[in-house]
Amino acid sequence: MSSTKAAPKKEMKQPVYRKQDFVSDQEVRWCPGCGDYAILATMQRTLAKFDTPKEKYVFVSGIGCSSRFPYYMKTYGFHTIHGRAPTFATGLKCANPDLSVWMITGDGDGLSIGGNHLIHALRRNIDIKIVLVNNRIYGLTKGQYSPTSETGKVTKSSPMGSIENPINALCLAIASEATFIARTLDNAPAHMAQIFEQARNHKGSAFIEIYQNCLIFNDKTHEPVTGRDKRDDRMVFLEDGKPLVFGKDQDKAIKINGLQPEIVNLKDAKPEELLIHDEKNPEPNYAYFLTQMEYPEMPVPFGVFRAYQRPTYDTLMEDQVKAAKEKLGQGDLEKLVYGKDTWTVK
Amino acid sequence: MLTSENPKIIQQKNAITVRFAGDSGDGMQLTGDQFTDTAALMGNDFATLPDYPAEIRAPAGTLPGVSSFQIQFSDSIIFTPGDLSDVLIAMNPAALKINTALVKKGGTVIINEDTFTELNLKKAGCKTNPLTDSTLKDFQVHQIALSELTKNALKDHGLKPIEVERCKNFFALGVMFWLYQRSMDHTIDWIEKKFKKRPEIVKGNVAALKAGFYFADITEAFSTQYEVKKAKLEKGTYRKITGNEATAIGFITAANLAKKTLFYGSYPITPATNILHDLARYKNYDVKTFQAEDEIAAIGSAIGAAFGGAIGMTGTSGPGMCLKSEALGLAIMTELPLIVINVQRGGPSTGMPTKTEQTDLLQMMFGRNGESPVAIVAPSTPSDCFDMAIETVRIATKYMTPVIFLSEGNLANASEPWKLPDLKKLPKITIKHPAGKKVHNGDPEETFLPYERDPKTLARPWALPGTPGLEHRIGGLSKADKTGNVSYDPENNQKMINLRAEKIERIADDIPELEVRGPQSGKLLVLSWGGTYGPVYQAIDNITSKEKNVAQAHLKYINPFPKNLGSVLKKFDTVLIPELNMGQLLFLIRAKFPGVNAIGLNKVQGQPFKVDEIESKIKESLK
Repeated sequence: MSSTKAAPKKEMKQPVYRKQDFVSDQEVRWCPGCGDYAILATMQRTLAKFDTPKEKYVFVSGIGCSSRFPYYMKTYGFHTIHGRAPTFATGLKCANPDLSVWMITGDGDGLSIGGNHLIHALRRNIDIKIVLVNNRIYGLTKGQYSPTSETGKVTKSSPMGSIENPINALCLAIASEATFIARTLDNAPAHMAQIFEQARNHKGSAFIEIYQNCLIFNDKTHEPVTGRDKRDDRMVFLEDGKPLVFGKDQDKAIKINGLQPEIVNLKDAKPEELLIHDEKNPEPNYAYFLTQMEYPEMPVPFGVFRAYQRPTYDTLMEDQVKAAKEKLGQGDLEKLVYGKDTWTVK
Repeated sequence: MLTSENPKIIQQKNAITVRFAGDSGDGMQLTGDQFTDTAALMGNDFATLPDYPAEIRAPAGTLPGVSSFQIQFSDSIIFTPGDLSDVLIAMNPAALKINTALVKKGGTVIINEDTFTELNLKKAGCKTNPLTDSTLKDFQVHQIALSELTKNALKDHGLKPIEVERCKNFFALGVMFWLYQRSMDHTIDWIEKKFKKRPEIVKGNVAALKAGFYFADITEAFSTQYEVKKAKLEKGTYRKITGNEATAIGFITAANLAKKTLFYGSYPITPATNILHDLARYKNYDVKTFQAEDEIAAIGSAIGAAFGGAIGMTGTSGPGMCLKSEALGLAIMTELPLIVINVQRGGPSTGMPTKTEQTDLLQMMFGRNGESPVAIVAPSTPSDCFDMAIETVRIATKYMTPVIFLSEGNLANASEPWKLPDLKKLPKITIKHPAGKKVHNGDPEETFLPYERDPKTLARPWALPGTPGLEHRIGGLSKADKTGNVSYDPENNQKMINLRAEKIERIADDIPELEVRGPQSGKLLVLSWGGTYGPVYQAIDNITSKEKNVAQAHLKYINPFPKNLGSVLKKFDTVLIPELNMGQLLFLIRAKFPGVNAIGLNKVQGQPFKVDEIESKIKESLK
């Protein structure tokens, strides 16, 4: 910002953070090679870019490997119980809407035991940022299939293969009409940082799915999509206002045929045929359509699927308190206790 | 005052018990409420017992559909809704069948004879017509064509037949108002306000009320009116209050005294729901209500709010408590001032949702994994819910601990006159949050220790997110002393278990000692807790005119117990513990004070104790 006017005092006083300022003194206890390390480091680096006072951040988590996250952030943190993190985060944000509340969960914590809370936090559009670390396995209990594991997945609890159909996290989020939906991956820190930043700037529930690798119990689970030699053809990065271009030579795009996506050759297709990404589309249909682009038929979209503004729950709650005070006046104990149908004994 | 053409006898009575019974759709709760309001405004003492089914509208005319409301009103201090009623108003055969046994011998039964059709008799399972067989031989029976008379009274009002039918409860109420020399003014006011937008309904209901009143005056069937004079209550200002209303108002007041926002996360459940309704109407008192997606979300949100610096509260009943227990354990581990209201109802499982019990006591004490002590208080009467709500917040915030407010269905719905407190004399609730620390180079000047304890209360600091330099992490994993970091150290774990237990024990130094009403030592002490206060009080009052050896002590603090409890109990040969469970306080007392000769009086029928049941047991114990 360059101007002849002095910047407001408040701005000048804001501390400038380093990544280190968000690193707690606790020893990180994830397995060597765990994708969570990259997520933690990216989060620390991203938050350090902003002048939001560090004490305003609260990291809330449930149970699972990724849910140890708050212990490693030098911010306020609350490591709660299995699946219920959205409920604590909701109460906290309602009690103090001034805080920046982040929630870390996993595919078991968020989509299995805590599926209900996730739906309701998203539909309410409470202003919390939810990061769902998806490694398609139960890690902390040493390797059972999770709700995102593929059908046929052989694990200790499914020796003959899982007979369950996996859930699509982003599809669940859009079904709950989440206002911000994004997908990123653990080995693309720059992309992840960009997504964190956009989520941070979004006013309302933000839901981020991160494809994460569990080296010990589910190594290379996302490899068919995100592997170095395949990713160009199997991942498509979303950019607002632009066609969904992908391929090693950036030569492919998507068009809609009826209700289905179809891959087209960029040079053969008419520009008006191409699907143009529109993250602000108020209708959830479009984002839903994107969530249905799945491996192996289609390239898997990464980036911001949806970023749509509507009033947040915490703000509406505050507004009702304000409106009640305007209409009835600040509550007066005398009225509360003595206000109704009293009689006197002399 | 209205004067009768036929002079009638007026009889003085000290106390009267009236029971209104009808179909769920007959408006019996409303009729009872109106009768109660009028008793209040006419200066009587009173206590009520609403008793209704869980089904919103069970098939009309059937036994499961019967809803009733009992009130005792008097010219002296009373604590119970009366055992048996002096008068029963039965709106249909099913209501009569269920309630006949609850009327005193020689009592009055007023019956809507229009409903005694063959079909209704069949629905109620009556093989013969109770109006003609010997069922009612012990009572003074008044058969009134309530439906027909109401219809006649309203024939020119232009109301639909169904609307006319709905006015008949006011006709019945009019009869009762005449019989007990009550004023109709309050109910007329109420009808006018309630149906403001429908003047024809106002007119219809008022006409039915008056028609009932004049009918009773004119008919020769009623020759006597009864008068219950004003009660000699303590000087002061009063209002009628139910337990749930007092709970809501009490917690708002407490949060206000603490200068805090009250956050209430709850999921609808009988009989706790109307606490949520009440609180939702008081947003201008800095109340935030959150109707959660389930019981777990309700407590989770309340814990989150407590972490954020609000008075975090959740409320439920037994089945909901089961779902909350894991989260309650987290609040114990993280030592946050969470408030949990449990309005007990019939169990196990879904049990009898609208009926009262005291069967969750041991669940509240022990129903969590691990060593997980919490503070527990139990209000004794509907209006006591107000005082105990303030106590709950005081203890929770001073000791940084979850506190369970253990109420009961019967207290929640029952009403009594509440002598309003002097607001200036309410306890002070002072909350101090640690101040922020200066930060240099990303670190505070001195390390903040989230589990460093107050030497007296053992409370840890309530440091609020948003405060610079106090950033810390809490969670459900075992905590290291002082730092609160994750620790699996064996010695540390033992130490923290001991500290959390001792913190709860120390609350005993900060609550009133147990008082004994009557002789301070002797043959028999009746130890009541929660809602058994009233019937025990009354039973002892009845007995002590003849028997000087009986005393009462009442427990409102369940965990920890008042510190003199043991010494009080040891002064009596026998301690009788009446409970609406199979002996849960008895279990605790026997475990904690093995030398005490404690015996139980137990009942789990969904109904509060009758005074008579307790009196008989006392007499038996004195033999």
